[in-house]
Amino acid sequence: MTSSQAQDVTGTVDPPFFPMRREAGCPFDPPPPLREAAGQHPVSRVRIWNGSTPWIITGHAEQRELLSDPRVSVNDRLPGFPHWHAGMEQISARRAESVFNTDPPEHTRFRRMMTAPFTFKRVSAMRSVIKEITDDLIDQMLAGPKPADLVEAIALPLPTRMICTIMGVPYEDHATFQAQAAIGMKKDADASEQFASFRWQHDYLANLVRARAAEPRDDVVSDLAQRVTDGEVAVEEAAAMGVGLFVAGHETSANMIALATLALLEHPDQLAILRESDDPQVAAKAAEELLRYLGIIHMAQRRIAKEDIKIGGQTIKAGEGILIELAAANRDPRVFPEPDVLDLRRPASAHHAFGFGLHQCIGQQLARVELQVVYGTLFRRIPTLSLATTIDKIEFKHDGLAYGVYHLPVTW
Amino acid sequence: MRVAVDQDKCVAAGQCVAAAPAVFDQRDEDGVVVLVKATPDAAEEDDVRQAASVCPALAIQVQD
Repeated sequence: MTSSQAQDVTGTVDPPFFPMRREAGCPFDPPPPLREAAGQHPVSRVRIWNGSTPWIITGHAEQRELLSDPRVSVNDRLPGFPHWHAGMEQISARRAESVFNTDPPEHTRFRRMMTAPFTFKRVSAMRSVIKEITDDLIDQMLAGPKPADLVEAIALPLPTRMICTIMGVPYEDHATFQAQAAIGMKKDADASEQFASFRWQHDYLANLVRARAAEPRDDVVSDLAQRVTDGEVAVEEAAAMGVGLFVAGHETSANMIALATLALLEHPDQLAILRESDDPQVAAKAAEELLRYLGIIHMAQRRIAKEDIKIGGQTIKAGEGILIELAAANRDPRVFPEPDVLDLRRPASAHHAFGFGLHQCIGQQLARVELQVVYGTLFRRIPTLSLATTIDKIEFKHDGLAYGVYHLPVTW
Repeated sequence: MRVAVDQDKCVAAGQCVAAAPAVFDQRDEDGVVVLVKATPDAAEEDDVRQAASVCPALAIQVQD
């Protein structure tokens, strides 16, 4: 696939299909056409599963502009919305309104019901708990057999325990919930699978909201339950917020922990920076660079234009779909010199790993502390940590809405 | 340097507090930005510019 094809906007050349495959042997890099597009033709078209040809935005500046533009909507019930797949299209009309599918002013109202537990101060106060859990999980892994699967041992349990605690979801239910969420994240899930998984997650949270309304505790679900009791939101809306927080709260951080560990094991000079420093600032900077470099949100955020928008020398017409490919913007050479180099010392905080604009990740400060603690602890506690297989044997989540590894066999 | 924030635009991402904790804070009830210091010290100016550039809602205005 050449860059001239990706550049096509005239209809004379067939736009390339999205999502694209990554290049063999380059598991940490976005597909080559997207990397080229970010610097050269940041506003172009692709073809998606239903044959439509929405715009794809790969440039960093262009993404900032569109994600801040009130003419760009996240309302997935509008005709022409470029859904992830058929299953998502079919459930879009049945999903309750939430931060995920509304624009201001509705979005503002929903968002402000969800943000209190994730402020910088609230999350910073959890740092010592996150450190304790991390140390416990490392102790358990070291006491167990070698090799161990780092995904099962550390990457998944840490964020899962944190989000369960914050939300008040019983930890023993997490495995069932994760299995259901995984079905919802599969890009090839058919509509009935998608709907059954959506229904299960939604009913689980709605039941929990009702239980907490009867017997409140100090957690997020109890807070949502109180808002239902007060008539601020419907049970369905509270459940939709809860599902979103829970799914986003563990899957993404888990992928960032395991994939970053693999990337660092493959870049020993960079891993040494973390192993040889106990400065929290070093770990904080490393976390930003790993968020940038790994760009795990790789299926593009979906939007639709409500009016004609001129950008990057093109005109996006009202009603046309827009794909914001965050991982490509993280490799935009206009913002990050030598973008394909993993450099833990570079200033990387302008990355779009958490998105940009009104819908930027609500849980980003929690994710940051989790990643900073794990990256700052794991390699110091286990200086001999190494891969117990070869990278070509690792199975990557090519089809997941969030990229990562299914298993990471490690030894020490 | 003078700083202004727009609480209506704020989406409570917390990036400003992370970048310049002496200048910005968040409301406990919903995380919306609170301006602690409208005229930052010279040593804080770089952090404030950083905060304004990473604010996802473009809710921070800086005047030199």
